[in-house]
Amino acid sequence: MPHRPSRANVGRRQAANHLFTILAILSTVLVIAPLFAILVYLLFQGVRSLNVAFFTHLPRPVGEPGGGMANSIVGSGIILALASLLGIPVGIGAGIYLHEYGGGKTLANAIRFTADVLNGVPSIVMGIAAYSLIVVPQRHFSAFAAGVALAIMMVPTVTRTTEEMLATVPNAVREAALGLGIPKWRTVMTVSLKTASPGIITGCMLAFARIAGETAPLLFTAFGNQFWPTSLNEPIAALPLQIFVYAVSPYDEWHRLAWAGALVLIVMIMVSVTLVRVVTGRGMLKGGH
Amino acid sequence: MTIQHSEMEGARAASEVRRFLMQRGSGGVADRTFAALMLGCALSIFAIVALILGILILRSRLSLHEFGLSFFLRSDWDPVRGSFGAVPFIWGTLASAFLALLIAVPLALGVAIFINEMCPRALRTPISFLTELLAAIPSVVYGLWAIFVLVPIMRSSVGPFLKKFFGWTGLFHGPNFGIGLLTASMILAIMVLPVISSIARDVMKAVPNTQREGVLALGATRWEMVRIGVLRNARIGIVGAVILGLGRALGETMAVTMVIGNHAAIPKSLFAPAYTLASVIANEFTEATGDLYLSALIEIGLALFLVTIVVNAIARLLVFMVTRGNTARAV
Repeated sequence: MPHRPSRANVGRRQAANHLFTILAILSTVLVIAPLFAILVYLLFQGVRSLNVAFFTHLPRPVGEPGGGMANSIVGSGIILALASLLGIPVGIGAGIYLHEYGGGKTLANAIRFTADVLNGVPSIVMGIAAYSLIVVPQRHFSAFAAGVALAIMMVPTVTRTTEEMLATVPNAVREAALGLGIPKWRTVMTVSLKTASPGIITGCMLAFARIAGETAPLLFTAFGNQFWPTSLNEPIAALPLQIFVYAVSPYDEWHRLAWAGALVLIVMIMVSVTLVRVVTGRGMLKGGH
Repeated sequence: MTIQHSEMEGARAASEVRRFLMQRGSGGVADRTFAALMLGCALSIFAIVALILGILILRSRLSLHEFGLSFFLRSDWDPVRGSFGAVPFIWGTLASAFLALLIAVPLALGVAIFINEMCPRALRTPISFLTELLAAIPSVVYGLWAIFVLVPIMRSSVGPFLKKFFGWTGLFHGPNFGIGLLTASMILAIMVLPVISSIARDVMKAVPNTQREGVLALGATRWEMVRIGVLRNARIGIVGAVILGLGRALGETMAVTMVIGNHAAIPKSLFAPAYTLASVIANEFTEATGDLYLSALIEIGLALFLVTIVVNAIARLLVFMVTRGNTARAV
């Protein structure tokens, strides 16, 4: 008997096929549309409002035109440097433990799981934790508290990327080093870590890009400041914080500055993310694979 | 990931010499110090979680003691009279997160299906890059855009349209200011979309090709292949992806604070202003006068911490079950 494909329901089935294909394409368009809407509008508003004063002047009081966000840009830089300094070494260390020492042990699995879960904790919780831990005992807001809050957010991301990147280093390379009589710690540092370093740097930059735009934890740690930062132990201005303050204010002049600030912030983030993406050819959200 | 897998296979089949080499050199002082240091870094992740939990409980003692569990059952929030209840915020948080998922989940799955199963190869990378770029935009920038672009659109066209054609549902009544629950949910939906779609893609990618081929060989259309071969196999992981998006939506702060209206009452309509757990902390924390007020806000933070930990743990386990660990890191 010759095989003949069933013709039953074929029209209905093909209609369903076309319908869902169209729906899938439509949803893709609907998802990409807001991205363009935001970026184009941001570019339009931001470029119109950007000028040299933005990068060189302190903010002015309400009513006085002009002024800039120079202190916020510097403040953001200080906070981010502090967070990276605290968060990245700890994250890399934890990643090294997970891959080089943890093996398939229960402890390593528990740490990995905890890191993933910690990654999903809202940033505002990090803010109140840093507030309760540092700001309350010291009785004043500080750049240091902000750095700690953001560092905590970097640790799980850096840990998981480091672990994944170390997993791509072939064991033969490690064995060669060990076979030459190099102690294990030096093998890890100079062979495993060095081989995996492009991927680890990618992961660190992605973690950095992620915390660069964080605002919520800064509200009650960095707090904001109208002047140049002079010490890590006092309230400090930050770009995202200043954008928020200006955005919810009723003044047009401040709205203008908020747009300019948002453009600067997003260009910084997009450039680092795109660079990472182009250089490594890896997914932005994934770090590995 | 296949590399890691074969590495593990290789390590298992390692000879005595190889095993000796891999384990040697861990006896010296320098080696032991290094191992301990790395262990310390790893344990610091536990320490961070314990520290956050401990300090939040410590600082919310006053409120925990004063109100007990009734804190989460009372609906009055009156700092002047020292009376605090979290119900309006729980309502606002759940309503906005639920609405956001309602909008985001079909779109995210559509994108994931399109990129994974339908998209021409050349378009795959750019489209996934674009959806991932959505995740790189900071929350405060979403908020800024929402205030100046989305809110006016909601006020002048979308709101009146919904009122006219869907007013009978009873969801769209009352004054339409543009800000409110619906606007906040829409911006929230845009923000959780990339999270859900990228995890859903990973889960779908983990479905073996033989499943697709088997279904196609039986004469299925492409959509039937996706529905029977892919979605059915990946459904647990997709639920995980959605729960992960939920965790994100529950804790999102800045953009929501900027457009939800910040009014501590249970919203009676989708146009009504509301308040979420995260946004009440963002708004009132620095102006909280009095220890009880501050303590109540920290208790809200504690609740947020515990809820997101549980939600994320469940989601991670579900995703892990499907992908057997071959998944992307937390987004």
